[in-house]
Amino acid sequence: MEHYNMNLTLKVWRQQNAQVQGSFETYQVKDISSEMSFLEMFDVLNEQLIHEGKEPITFDHDCREGICGACSMHINGKAHGPWSGTTTCQLHMRAFKDGDTIVVEPWRAGAFPVIKDLMVDRTAFDRIIQAGGYISVNTGNAQDANNLPIAKDKADESFAAATCIGCGACVASCKNSSAMLFLSAKVAHLALLPQGEAERKTRVVNMVDQMDKEGFGSCTNTGACEAECPKEISIMNIRRLNSEYIKAGLSGSVAK
Amino acid sequence: MGLTGLFLIVFLVVHCYANAQIFLEWLDYGRGYKAYGEIAHFLGSNPIIRIAEVGLFAFIILHIVQGLMLTAQNKAKRPIGYNVAPGNSSSKWYTRSMGLLGTLILMFLVLHLAHFWAPNRYQQLTQGHEKDLYLIMEETFQQWWVVIIYVAGCISLAWHLVHGFWSAFQTLGLSTPKYKGLINCIGVGFAIIVPAIFALMPISYKLGWLPPAAEVAQFVKTMAH
Repeated sequence: MEHYNMNLTLKVWRQQNAQVQGSFETYQVKDISSEMSFLEMFDVLNEQLIHEGKEPITFDHDCREGICGACSMHINGKAHGPWSGTTTCQLHMRAFKDGDTIVVEPWRAGAFPVIKDLMVDRTAFDRIIQAGGYISVNTGNAQDANNLPIAKDKADESFAAATCIGCGACVASCKNSSAMLFLSAKVAHLALLPQGEAERKTRVVNMVDQMDKEGFGSCTNTGACEAECPKEISIMNIRRLNSEYIKAGLSGSVAK
Repeated sequence: MGLTGLFLIVFLVVHCYANAQIFLEWLDYGRGYKAYGEIAHFLGSNPIIRIAEVGLFAFIILHIVQGLMLTAQNKAKRPIGYNVAPGNSSSKWYTRSMGLLGTLILMFLVLHLAHFWAPNRYQQLTQGHEKDLYLIMEETFQQWWVVIIYVAGCISLAWHLVHGFWSAFQTLGLSTPKYKGLINCIGVGFAIIVPAIFALMPISYKLGWLPPAAEVAQFVKTMAH
């Protein structure tokens, strides 16, 4: 792919904290390489802001290799930007042309309040995991892996669900701010494995209960989450979650 | 939403089957009028169907109340919206417009009940016999605006069903990978065929594709003797 440089106009959401109102600020960046990642472009912008004596833009990032789920950003109306199956850190500037205007917003959801600028509070996801996204294991030596036979198709399906990095793009792109894709990936991942069997019924009711308490919306099956998910988690997991939830409900499991 | 929706889908099957009898007219003169009259009388006078009708109204109201509450609650979950909205890039417009489509169907439904259901039940109560619905349809569908509203109502229903049919199975956890393709196919087919049959009735009356009520009623009466 041919390398090129570009000049861009950036409209970025700036907000001091959750208590005050935010607004868009417009910035110009010059000579951005098409080989840069989107976050490196933001590093360049922040250097520029520091040189100008202004406050740099706060944004979440960690591994920068598309596996940690820390980066967010709603770029030109899309969670994680224009490329499908890609996190913001893996989005590269060759996705844009010279002279483009790029609008960058934080995830928008009542359950994800803005901490500062583009950084939002996603601890609601942690509390959903704490409500049931675990398995009980006896302490001591790990037993031989072959003691627990798992069918290949189940293992594959479970692994596909387990690739969810909990970034929150599903919530950000859902018109209802629903966390069902995230929750369903976590429930399906464990429900498909014998290790998850012990807490199978209480897990699903407790996690759904916590999700509702956190103020996420409900699922109306629009499929926007699946389309925007950087890990391409399937909404078939939501089908499984609904089935698990109904079965648990019919067997008398209630949230505690 | 899924459960009530599926019940309403079952009602649509019955309603559509009864209405489609009228098109037997195109096979034999008088046959459609007779078959439609018979099934309309059966559905209108059978006590079990009358009880089911109460249930149907309850489900319609429940579906509407659930839908309105859900739409309002979900809207409130995002207090600050996006400056650049995702639009149609990640989801289809009709999947996001179920509340709007449902409201359009409701508006049509009020008119539809006022045209047929209400006058028919009123006469049943006061005079003990039902109206000739073939004749009422002929009278009602003389005006262009009525035909247009009915066709628009059917189009809203079609889009509502394209999403609603599959969505109900997904919500109930039944849209498994094995059956998802089949459910989608049946859903889209249902969403096209059923509203099309409904829409064909006002169009047929307006364009004179069905024989005049007075004439065909006389013919059927003569044949019976």
